[in-house]
Amino acid sequence: MSAAAPLLQVDDLRVSFATEDGLVRAVDGVSFSVAAGEVVAIVGESGSGKSVTAMTLMGLTRGHNARIEGRARLGDTELLSASEHELQRIRGASIAMIFQDPMSSLNPVYRIGDQIVEQIRAHERGISKSAAMERAVELMERVGIPRSSERLRSYPHEFSGGMRQRVMIAMALSCSPKLLIADEPTTALDVTIQAQILEELRTLREQTGAGIILVTHDLAVVADIADRVIVMYSGRVVEEGTIDELFYDPLHPYTWGLLGSITRIDRDRSQRLPAISGLPPSLLNTPKGCHFRPRCPHAFGRCTDDPQLIARVPDNAEHLDRCWLELDRKRALRVVGDQIGLVSPETVVS
Amino acid sequence: MSLIDPAPAQLTDGGLPAELIAEAAEVGPGVGPYQLAWRRMKRNRVSLAFGVLFLLIVLLCLLAPVYSHDIAHIGPDAENYGTIKVGGKTENIVSLIGIPIGPTWELGHYFLGADENGRDVAVRLLYGGRNSLEIGAVATLITMVLATICGLLAGYFRGLTDGIISRVLDVIWAYPAVLLGIVLGTVLEVHGLGPFHGTTLLSTALVIGFVYIPYVAKPIRAQVLALREREFVDAARQQGLAHVRIMVSEILPNVASTIIVFIPLMLANAILTEAGLTYLGAGVQPPNPSWGTMISQGINNIPAAFSNVLVPGIMLVLAVLSINVFGDGLRDALDPRAKIRLGKDTASVGELSH
Amino acid sequence: MARFVVRRLLVMVAMLFAISLVTFLLFIVALPNGNPAALIAGRLANPAEVHLITVRYGFNKPIWVQYIKTIANIFGGTAYSYQSYFNVDAEIEAGLPATISLALGAGVIWLLTSILFGTLAAIRAGRYTDRVLTVLSMIGVSMPPFFFGAILIYYAGYKLGLIPLSGYVNITNPAQWLWHLIAPWITLSILFVGIYSRILRSTILDTVNEDFVRTAKAKGLSQGQVLRRHILRNSLVPIISLWGLDLAQVIGGGAILTESVYSLHGVGYLAYQSVSHLDTVTLMSIVMLTALAVVVLGALTEIFYAFLDPRIRLQ
Repeated sequence: MSAAAPLLQVDDLRVSFATEDGLVRAVDGVSFSVAAGEVVAIVGESGSGKSVTAMTLMGLTRGHNARIEGRARLGDTELLSASEHELQRIRGASIAMIFQDPMSSLNPVYRIGDQIVEQIRAHERGISKSAAMERAVELMERVGIPRSSERLRSYPHEFSGGMRQRVMIAMALSCSPKLLIADEPTTALDVTIQAQILEELRTLREQTGAGIILVTHDLAVVADIADRVIVMYSGRVVEEGTIDELFYDPLHPYTWGLLGSITRIDRDRSQRLPAISGLPPSLLNTPKGCHFRPRCPHAFGRCTDDPQLIARVPDNAEHLDRCWLELDRKRALRVVGDQIGLVSPETVVS
Repeated sequence: MSLIDPAPAQLTDGGLPAELIAEAAEVGPGVGPYQLAWRRMKRNRVSLAFGVLFLLIVLLCLLAPVYSHDIAHIGPDAENYGTIKVGGKTENIVSLIGIPIGPTWELGHYFLGADENGRDVAVRLLYGGRNSLEIGAVATLITMVLATICGLLAGYFRGLTDGIISRVLDVIWAYPAVLLGIVLGTVLEVHGLGPFHGTTLLSTALVIGFVYIPYVAKPIRAQVLALREREFVDAARQQGLAHVRIMVSEILPNVASTIIVFIPLMLANAILTEAGLTYLGAGVQPPNPSWGTMISQGINNIPAAFSNVLVPGIMLVLAVLSINVFGDGLRDALDPRAKIRLGKDTASVGELSH
Repeated sequence: MARFVVRRLLVMVAMLFAISLVTFLLFIVALPNGNPAALIAGRLANPAEVHLITVRYGFNKPIWVQYIKTIANIFGGTAYSYQSYFNVDAEIEAGLPATISLALGAGVIWLLTSILFGTLAAIRAGRYTDRVLTVLSMIGVSMPPFFFGAILIYYAGYKLGLIPLSGYVNITNPAQWLWHLIAPWITLSILFVGIYSRILRSTILDTVNEDFVRTAKAKGLSQGQVLRRHILRNSLVPIISLWGLDLAQVIGGGAILTESVYSLHGVGYLAYQSVSHLDTVTLMSIVMLTALAVVVLGALTEIFYAFLDPRIRLQ
């Protein structure tokens, strides 16, 4: 993936928030890159820092109680230190974002057409209202909204959830962004609509060559569309690799847990799903050493030292993980029954 | 001009806002919402300070009979047209053209001056405070109890019960509050209603308490209506529990925080309303002292001694202000993300006495 | 939509009558002998005169007859005040200019000031400006209007001569009209500014966290655009509807205290007079006027609300 310069390069991103109870380390040293035309999925549970990472790239987490460190380069612009003015020009134009809940993400008192046009005219000053409206109609058609010239005048509450998300995508595409960030785009939608939205994203990638960052907790979505996957836990990246590497050769216990807890058609229904025991970690008082240690059934002495995110597979410099276990131990331990999963101590399978 | 920062709520990945997660983690399991509220309350020092101030005012006034002798050697109703020595000079307490002396700042005689009848302002302030606070408290009690009952009944039983109760509440609500207050006050004064003849302090409290019932009953009713749809009510019905039992043990605890938040609001309101009604002649009648009567009489005697307007007025504002600030902090503590509820059913309460 | 409006109007008409009936009954109770004959006859009347008046005006008829007659009079414009013998309609009309001047002027002032203060407090939430504005708001809602009025009158009026001490001057003399209204406007506004600015502040802070505001930022709109087109536009809606209702209440005589302390002989003052004189007819008329004003302005506000927030129109 490193033939051409990457579209987006993030290095050691750290984001913390000062709250009444202390410093919350939402993102604790995250690095990754996205190439043009590539779909990178960021996977994790609530509190892992995936959404904060995405929103920080857009500058949406800036505030007087936020501390942001690190680097994030888009082309030749440094996003984290860009001025508010520069960011305004980038948002919606070079980078676009679609959010989780399309119902609340659209302003209920304005018509859809006006909201799309608003974005277009914010970035193309000279364009006339009617020309912008025409563009809006085209965009809506492109994302599969029927009768788009009529629906321009509709309000958000007159659309279904799936349609609203398509509107969000249309808005995001309006200024031909180089990078699209999708934060849980299908979580609030039905499974059937989910497939349609993912199809839209796929088409988008093919047609425009944009890079896509897909933030999700749903591995099924990842399997559907991602090229590379980044697994986050407690503010850190714990594993990173191509989609095949992740699904067929996962190297971090947390990843095993995620994979093991998917309901699969080919699994014996009488078996209990191995779940990851314990509670999500507090971002306020992060544990010493490996953040996953309290919930990891395979923790051992070394885990009290912070593991580094490095490539541990010989000849594969792109598959990184953050676990001290030896490679062979990993490949043995991750198999539970005949599937990949994360064993809790009480259910050791011989 | 920096725009408002997004609250931490938006900045964790779904689920609970960062601060609530952090708070819960720190405090440990098994801590109920009221304990959490108390902790938040403790952190809001300004609010607590005003709460303490209010308590001090209450104590000061309630204990008046105990120490008033030290403040002034006469009671609150004792008129005195004689003379006293002030700083060596002998002066008329009330001058020939009706101007009473101002504050002497000497404890024991006319510390805060005299009113046009020669009465000691400081003592009247305290005794009057007692009356104003008592009226406020009783009125608040009446409002809260009746409003809770109406709200519960209307919201729980709906149908005809709700229809009747809501219509009655609407009629009361549509009548401008102060106007209704003086109508009822005047009627009571002139004729009396059953056992309530004339204007005792109690009758004023009753009038005030009555007038504000809809302002509290409507939000409570709205909340009960919503709660009623929730599963735990169905579950309780299935268990065969009686309606009253359900209302008290299932629904009431859930509206409790709304009720608690309304109490300081209503108290502040009642005290302000008493002052207003008295100014218009339909509240506390002379010679009973109250902050309202003192301010009214002071205004009637402008420009004689403006301190007689300022003193009770400032005391009143201080008392009401401390209740308001404390009540605000209370509301923040009970629900840090509470929207002030709007809509035509729930008028914002403070505007009632104008 | 039409059915909705009609239904609401019917309900409010029913309430109008309910209110008038309640007033009527209350006063019947309060008046000696249950009728105002003694009032009309005057203080020095003898029982024979009182009886004559009773019969002439029909005060000895059953209560419901009296009530209907009174209502008929009120609507027919032939109701006469028990106290002053003047035509009630004429009296109310005489009081309207003062009240409307007070209401509209104060209304505009308090709305604009509240928007300013509320927005400022929200933008600088938690910082110095916000705290100061919050303190001011708190004091505003804790102060009885007649106390504040008295302070203004005494210091600004009596001591410094900056404002007139009382009274209302007709708008035909614009400078005097304005000068006489400044203090009452400020006094009436203080309370409302205190309330509205805090509501607006709270609404804005809530709106800022809404997802669509996040979307607006993500679209690359400038801070000003986000504030005006998304945050304020959505936050002002509830404030405007409240404003309509409050304005109606003030016009209908709700600002009794302010009118009294400044001796503005408006509708509120008239209402207050009629209560102390047990002048049932006048009071009933005024009360119904208030309710009518509330209905009309309330309906207008609701229509405006529906215009502003399209989700409501579907209902």
